Amino acid sequence: MTDRVLDLAELRFAWKGGPVLLDIPALSLDRGERLFLRGPSGSGKSTLLGLVCGVLPPQAGRITVLGRDLATLSGAGRDALRAAEMGVVFQMFNLLPYLSVLANVTLPCRFSAERRRRAVAAGGSPEAEARRLLQRLGLHDPRLAEAPVRALSVGQQQRVAMARALIGDPALIVADEPTSALDSDARDAFLDLLLGEVGRSGASLLFVSHDLGLAGHFDRSADIRALNRAAAPATGLPAGMPVAGETP
Amino acid sequence: MTLLPLALRSLWNRRATALLTLLSVGLSVALLVGVESLRQGARASFERTITGTDLIVGARSGQLNLLLYAVFRVGDATNNITWPSYQAVAGRPDVAWTVPLSLGDSHRGFRVLGTTTDYFTHYRYGDGKSLTLAEGKPFADLFDAVIGAEVARTLGYTVGQEIVLSHGIGSVSFAEHSDRPFRVSGILAPTGTPVDRTVHVSLPAIEAIHVGWETGTRLSTSTSPSVDDLRHMELQPKQITAFLVGLKTRAAALRVQRAVNTYAEEPLLAIIPGVALSQLWSVLGVAEQALTAVAVFVVGVGLLGILISMLTSLNERRREMAVLRAIGARPWHVFALLVSESTLLALVGSTLGVTALHLGLLAGGSALEALAGLALLTPGPGLFDLAVIGGVTLAAALIGAVPAWRAYRVAVADGLSVQV
Ligand SMILES: Nc1ncnc2c1ncn2[C@@H]1O[C@H](COP(=O)(O)OP(=O)(O)OP(=O)(O)O)[C@@H](O)[C@H]1O
Ligand SMILES: [Mg+2]
Repeated sequence: MTDRVLDLAELRFAWKGGPVLLDIPALSLDRGERLFLRGPSGSGKSTLLGLVCGVLPPQAGRITVLGRDLATLSGAGRDALRAAEMGVVFQMFNLLPYLSVLANVTLPCRFSAERRRRAVAAGGSPEAEARRLLQRLGLHDPRLAEAPVRALSVGQQQRVAMARALIGDPALIVADEPTSALDSDARDAFLDLLLGEVGRSGASLLFVSHDLGLAGHFDRSADIRALNRAAAPATGLPAGMPVAGETP
Repeated sequence: MTLLPLALRSLWNRRATALLTLLSVGLSVALLVGVESLRQGARASFERTITGTDLIVGARSGQLNLLLYAVFRVGDATNNITWPSYQAVAGRPDVAWTVPLSLGDSHRGFRVLGTTTDYFTHYRYGDGKSLTLAEGKPFADLFDAVIGAEVARTLGYTVGQEIVLSHGIGSVSFAEHSDRPFRVSGILAPTGTPVDRTVHVSLPAIEAIHVGWETGTRLSTSTSPSVDDLRHMELQPKQITAFLVGLKTRAAALRVQRAVNTYAEEPLLAIIPGVALSQLWSVLGVAEQALTAVAVFVVGVGLLGILISMLTSLNERRREMAVLRAIGARPWHVFALLVSESTLLALVGSTLGVTALHLGLLAGGSALEALAGLALLTPGPGLFDLAVIGGVTLAAALIGAVPAWRAYRVAVADGLSVQV
């Protein structure tokens, strides 16, 4: 099996009726690698994640996840691959409000037998594994697992979303500004937990944010405008910040 | 598979709206099933207004006309039939019994029927129920009257009440048989048939009150005989309005009917009550169908409620769809989630509606029967109820496809970034 978790080549994407938003000659992510991708609002970060997850089809180019070309997969195949090998955390509103915390965390096991199998192998049952993950993410109160998600603070909700992304050991964690709704203490705590857990599971991490201050936590950091030929060149970058493709 | 519990939880999360939707579906379905059972009940009790009588014979006129005046006390006979003709039919070997009917007088808007006490034994209605007296006795004296339940209720009569019959059938009578008052000897139990609205007297009584009325108006009191004289008079009727016939075997009905219809001495008409009653119902049935159509429309409105509540919730649930997609749900999962929601709402709503209605009928059915004479046929849920539940559920599944399709399109177009 290849060590490349993600490989993009000559990717082009435009929203329906819009100009070309993304034109990325190359981007790749190795197994266990953690990439911080920054860019201002509207630069196409979320769109890129949609492409990587196989939810949006590119107009041109190739996206390979775990050696499988998304274009050669059927829609169902892409959905199955996402269910089994990717964990997604959004900026906010990650959770289904009508499910308990525990049911939200185990949700991926309902859509992927593979995730379920791995969760059972790791924890005995999806529920036990979910409780274990919640514990590790600092949600110690066992009553919390049964609570409705409304009862949680935003920071707690983001940790629940992290647990859901991590359950069943997917190969790629995709995070779309998961810390931007948090204050700086909660942000640092969240990031430490995320990086720690991703490190333990050996998953790769694709983390996008406009928050430059986070870059230092990652193996590698890049500016989407430097990768993207369709974007206006990045200006006003503080000196000393890592630049696209550069590994500190 | 995994979607049904999700749909249930999602509905539970929006339980206030869901409950209202359930209520509107349930009420509309209860209305439809209620109208239908009332319709069936009305039809059945109408068609069984008179049973156990094989033929009704009157002077030759229309079949419905004869049915209307002989059974429903509506309209008038164009002609009477003579006593000898009645005797000729009554004497046939295949005839088991006959009950003569004499109409033409009234009491405060209620028709008066002159007959024999056989009427109370042979008149049957519903599934063969016979008339019973709630109070008092059948007529024994010449001036005794037995009144129907509605007559007693409307006019507030009890046994022993003196009543005066009117000549003719106007509710305000100009010519009253006030010189020969009657006494209420008995009150019949309610039947839900025209019997309730009838004043029954003996056949000789009809003759008696008309002695001295041969010209159509009352002769001067001095020339007309006194009540005591009348009790000793020979009061053999010369003519009657119609009569009921019971046969020894049912199978003879057509033969006797033909014989009566071709009776040479006098133009007569015999009808089979069941046949004539269903014919009359088919004339009246248009209104009843309109009622059902209205009820079906109301169910349509209830289903529309599901559609509206789902469409309005779609926007706020866009985020939910994106989350499901991110977790690996396929677009058709999103579609199926919404369709199963509308289907669940309709299934639960219509089941609740049907159950509530039947419980209501169980509780209030006997009151309804006593009040309106409507015997509801099906005491428990039947095939029709299942068909309604099935139909409404199916319709809701189809209707749910509209918001489901929109959610599907949005889920495909949005990717992971929801544009709100
Ligand atoms: N579903 C969509 N349909 C049409 N256009 C879209 C859609 N989602 C995003 N866009 C457009 O694509 C561009 C990039 O949006 P995107 O959400 O990828 O930016 P972003 O870098 O994630 O921004 P932010 O930091 O604000 O989240 C924007 O101009 C936006 O209007
Ligand atoms: Mg974004």
